[in-house]
Amino acid sequence: MTLQVTNLSINHDAIEAVQDLTFSINEGELAAVIGANGAGKTTLLRALSGLKNPKSGSATWRDNSMIGKRPEDLVRMGILHVSDGKTVIPELTVKENLALGGLWRKDKTDVAKATTEVLELFPKLGQRLAQRADTLSGGERQMLAIGRCLVARPELLMLDEPSLGLAPIIIEQIFTALNDLRKRTGLTVLLVEQNAMSALEIADKGIIINLGKLVAQGAARDLINDPTLQAAYLGY
Amino acid sequence: MRLLSTFLIGVSSGSIYSLMALALVLVWRSTRVVNFAQAGQAIASTYLGYLVITHTNNYWLALPVAMVAGAVIGALADIALIRPLNRRIKSGPVLEIAPVIATLGLLGLIRSLVGMIWGGDLKQYRAPVSINGFTFGHTTIPFSRFNLLIVFTAIVVMVIFAFVFQRTGLGLALRAAAFQPEIARLAGVRVDLVRTIGWAIAGATGAIAGVLVTPSTSLSPNSLDLLLVLGFVSAVIGGLESLIGAVIGGLILGIGLALILEYVSTSLAFPAAFVVLILILIVKPAGLFGMKRGRDA
Repeated sequence: MTLQVTNLSINHDAIEAVQDLTFSINEGELAAVIGANGAGKTTLLRALSGLKNPKSGSATWRDNSMIGKRPEDLVRMGILHVSDGKTVIPELTVKENLALGGLWRKDKTDVAKATTEVLELFPKLGQRLAQRADTLSGGERQMLAIGRCLVARPELLMLDEPSLGLAPIIIEQIFTALNDLRKRTGLTVLLVEQNAMSALEIADKGIIINLGKLVAQGAARDLINDPTLQAAYLGY
Repeated sequence: MRLLSTFLIGVSSGSIYSLMALALVLVWRSTRVVNFAQAGQAIASTYLGYLVITHTNNYWLALPVAMVAGAVIGALADIALIRPLNRRIKSGPVLEIAPVIATLGLLGLIRSLVGMIWGGDLKQYRAPVSINGFTFGHTTIPFSRFNLLIVFTAIVVMVIFAFVFQRTGLGLALRAAAFQPEIARLAGVRVDLVRTIGWAIAGATGAIAGVLVTPSTSLSPNSLDLLLVLGFVSAVIGGLESLIGAVIGGLILGIGLALILEYVSTSLAFPAAFVVLILILIVKPAGLFGMKRGRDA
């Protein structure tokens, strides 16, 4: 098990947004965490990326604890988080946003190489390098946010609702790019989504949560075909 | 000739306001704190510079010593005061005001310490170059070699700022941490460290302003208070967020005040600063270089 989350409980404001959650992901897998608004998905990712301290439980990445560490330390462990919504720095240019992702790394040659790879993956960004990030469309911003993480050569990439507010065709582009990327590089991905279908289509594993509790976990294709889950949680 | 010379004097004093404004904007951007202690940090640094001058008679040694002292005091202020407050206070009405009040307290504390060590009497030290105005034919203007040096030093500082902020990794980290600390953290930036560096750079910049302004006035535990106020006015004219705005704000204020002093009345300088400020804010409520927002996500 590469990512192991055990009995994790996290408070958000006064409520326990994540309750006693246990799941795991293997190296190189793409796992989709599915749940409605308020299911605790964002809270979970914020705890796993060091933005929030959980109340109890543990989370380990390759047997190293992820709890109690700061986001900048987790980044140095190869754990990168594309947070929800405004994940780029609007006041900086596209180029600067990308450079930011590699700022902490010593190997500047590989930063340059990783940046080139990002621009091959998302060619649109290449045309906009000198523009401020707030001139980008929603889809381009999401590509930039993911690209900034890729410059850091992540080993675990966590994405919070990358499809939110995007047109279906853009969602497909981004999901396809993610899927290609992880197949090519062996990257482990934890994808948090409301958009259950798109996410489970590319995922190996699905983790369904509701009101902070685990409902089901298993192979993505089994979950897609489970009629009770379809009706209750997958929204179709 | 009178107009030109007034203008030049305005640029010279405006350069010093710009430096103070730069220091204030830097702290504002990195920690969202209106730093009243900046005058205290600068006065302590200037006294140390004064100490160097009285012992070595070397202005050019005093300046870097004051800068290092300013940087250390700035970093300590952040680590000992602002960081713990930010760590403990998470929300509520106290959140934003507590650090500001703390800086007022620090200002008082530094003034008292300085007064205890050096006394309250006025100290003076000489400028490194002549403070007699340039003479053209039979006319001598108030603008001196020292004024020229002030402007030149301010330009050097601003060029270094521009280079660091636009061309270096540290500058990128400083800007990222200022604009979106959470995203900067998620990108791997050590935001706490970067903020402290911001306070240190601001401290050094304030020290330069103190060392430059003092030969034209005198040194006492509260001799930089007016400069603090004018620095704030300059920073707000410039929009508070913008480094270029701070520089332009300082120059506008310097030139504006010089004109009023020369052509209207010498007793109007202080109120005039606020007239300039209010006029500019009525026309441009976000300040001259207030943040432009692009399209939202």
